[in-house]
Amino acid sequence: MDFSTGQCILLHDKDNTLTALLSLAAGKEIELKTAQGIEKLSLRDEIPYAHKFARRDIEAGEDIVKYGEVIGFATSFIPAGAHVHVHNVKGKRA
Amino acid sequence: MNFLKAQFLGYHRPDGQVGVRNYLGVLSTVTCANQAAEEIAGHVKGTAVFTHQQGCGLLQEDLELTQRTLINLGRNPNLGAVLVVSLGCEGVNAEKIVEGIAASGKPVELVRIQRDGGYFAAVNEGGLKAQKLASEISSHVRKESSIKNLRIGVKCGASDPTSGLASNPAVGKALDQLIAAGGSAVFGETTELIGAEHLVAGRCENKGLSDKLLGMVKRLEARVIQHGSDMRGGNPSAGNIAAGLTTIEEKSLGAIVKSGTAQIHGVFDYGECPPNEGGIYFIDSPGREPELLAGLGAAGCQIILFSTGIGAPQGFPFIPVIKVSGNRNTVKTLVDFIDLDVSQVLLKGESLESAGSRVLEYSLKTADGHTTKAETIGYNGSTAIFQRGPIV
Repeated sequence: MDFSTGQCILLHDKDNTLTALLSLAAGKEIELKTAQGIEKLSLRDEIPYAHKFARRDIEAGEDIVKYGEVIGFATSFIPAGAHVHVHNVKGKRA
Repeated sequence: MNFLKAQFLGYHRPDGQVGVRNYLGVLSTVTCANQAAEEIAGHVKGTAVFTHQQGCGLLQEDLELTQRTLINLGRNPNLGAVLVVSLGCEGVNAEKIVEGIAASGKPVELVRIQRDGGYFAAVNEGGLKAQKLASEISSHVRKESSIKNLRIGVKCGASDPTSGLASNPAVGKALDQLIAAGGSAVFGETTELIGAEHLVAGRCENKGLSDKLLGMVKRLEARVIQHGSDMRGGNPSAGNIAAGLTTIEEKSLGAIVKSGTAQIHGVFDYGECPPNEGGIYFIDSPGREPELLAGLGAAGCQIILFSTGIGAPQGFPFIPVIKVSGNRNTVKTLVDFIDLDVSQVLLKGESLESAGSRVLEYSLKTADGHTTKAETIGYNGSTAIFQRGPIV
């Protein structure tokens, strides 16, 4: 199942990233209803519109998943609620 | 939603395909015949004219591509009959085009400007033939058909971040629901695969198909490199990164997601038509709109879903092109172009599954005869056929 809160969207249930639908301030509490129940997390960083943040803790080297597909891997540990972008992710392709 | 028992009202053709429109197609074989084709179609109600800039002065590979595209466009079930308008000396073979279309069992006639004695003679001859054909198909009536006979093509254009978050994934869900119900779908845009081609290849039913698809991406890249450009490097661009796209895989997936998640059942060249079986098919095609829409038409699509962020206008002469947008502002401002609003995914927490069902329900309503915005205003004149080599 996929779910959008109006604040962020989970595009696929396998995803470990969420995408912001508004610019979200650091410290904001996010509540996400999924097929598995309610997930709560608080944002560690400011997340601009259409940028991603971690749905849960992601270890260094772990795959970054969006649309249910691998879009790259984490170059460092990314805690839940942190901004996921070029500073902590690399693509697996050229 | 489950669409297993869904039906639409369509025109049952002699070859078993079911049209959602019932036009007399007036197809020009070559640039030089375009004006005569338009003139003939202008005099007869119920016609849809298709013109293009190919058909002559091309390498053999491209002449074959034009010819098979015209044959398969003529065979598209949205056409009840076809009038082929030829100059006479063009590179493509007009008789072969007529034969290829006629093999589907629908009535086909030919006009040749050089043989018939010039422009006025061809318009006269063509007008009479068109009138007879249009009159003949006017008595066809819509009858119930299973959703299994529906083939939908997809395209995205004039994209923005809402495309990758709402309209493309909603269209992808609609295709998944269509395929689960036994229908079929076609996507293309080989250019969009670059960076995520390994993921799309992984969706192919067997290794032969994956290899064929990867070969198409390689062939495209080799052609681009030959012209001194590079489509892979520099992606995502600085602008893409500022907009939140982190890797080339993510950028490509934002477009590819409109094809859903079903296993790829076949991989075909531009202008070819996949068999009448369920499942999703890929066609090797450019991303540019007129060429891609004609490729989807040749692939037998009765309907095209066009996902857009900032708003694209184009329709197609004999295929309803449904514009789906997740950008609320575009939906409100471009009222004469956008057919379906899926911004509720972003603004109201609607699930993509639900938005996908709305897209498929709207497609069935369109199949029944409801006209798209582009159809009602006739915004469908920019048509083209792809070419790979130089014009010679």
